[in-house]
Amino acid sequence: MTILINSVIILSLLLGTFFIVMTAVGLVRFPDAYTRAHAASKSATLGVLFILIGVFIYFWQIEGTYNSRIILGIVFIFITGPIGGHIMARAAYFSGVKPTERTVRDDLKEEYERKKRSL
Amino acid sequence: MAVQILLNVFLALVWMFLSNTFTGVGFITGYLLGLIMLYMMRHMFKSRFYLHRVWAVIKLFLLFFKELWNANIDVVKHAMKPKITMTPAFFAYPTELTADWEITLLSNLITLTPGTIVVHVSDDGKTLYIHAIDLDDVDEAIASIQNTFEKAIVEVTRT
Repeated sequence: MTILINSVIILSLLLGTFFIVMTAVGLVRFPDAYTRAHAASKSATLGVLFILIGVFIYFWQIEGTYNSRIILGIVFIFITGPIGGHIMARAAYFSGVKPTERTVRDDLKEEYERKKRSL
Repeated sequence: MAVQILLNVFLALVWMFLSNTFTGVGFITGYLLGLIMLYMMRHMFKSRFYLHRVWAVIKLFLLFFKELWNANIDVVKHAMKPKITMTPAFFAYPTELTADWEITLLSNLITLTPGTIVVHVSDDGKTLYIHAIDLDDVDEAIASIQNTFEKAIVEVTRT
């Protein structure tokens, strides 16, 4: 039983670290602010989630303390993570950060021009 | 829905007073009996029997975790490609949801799922402007959001 629990903990910590490393790789390699926001808002959320789950299981099964604050932490990260990504992408667009040349289609441009005129 | 849950808790409390068992077990017994009563009287309420909605919420959660996993595999694939070959795009997505909290929930779900981030919500709340990391076909992307998330959210809010 201990072996099973240990392997679950190790697997979840490894997965979390893997996703966070991949976030960092994506942040370096992706061409513009918006594609970087993709990497930062998704993989980082899931990476932190896996690490927190690993920590939770460790303290619950090995140390014997049931720590509900970790669960709350997971919930809070889930609520705030995507909103952070959204706000940063929006602020970048409306302060005039150009998307990469690969961008094939831009429906937001009209809305941006309209907003700029109305200010 | 809230009225039905409140009524169910109230019925459980009545059961606890009737049987004089003020314990967790007594509450659960009363709650289950109250559930049966509410199910038999479901035609007297304006909205659906509330367990349908609870079930819809659970399905939405499962869908969300599945899509979150897919999204991360997607990002990892893009990050590990030897040559960056993505074709990002901004596209407009017309939504049929009206309440503010539904739109917030939808944009949260879209942001955490494969290859899409909500960049801007129009002032009237009818259009979401979405940035896709790798866009092949706009109609297909819109249809896939509509068929998964919007349908699941409508399933929750339907009376």
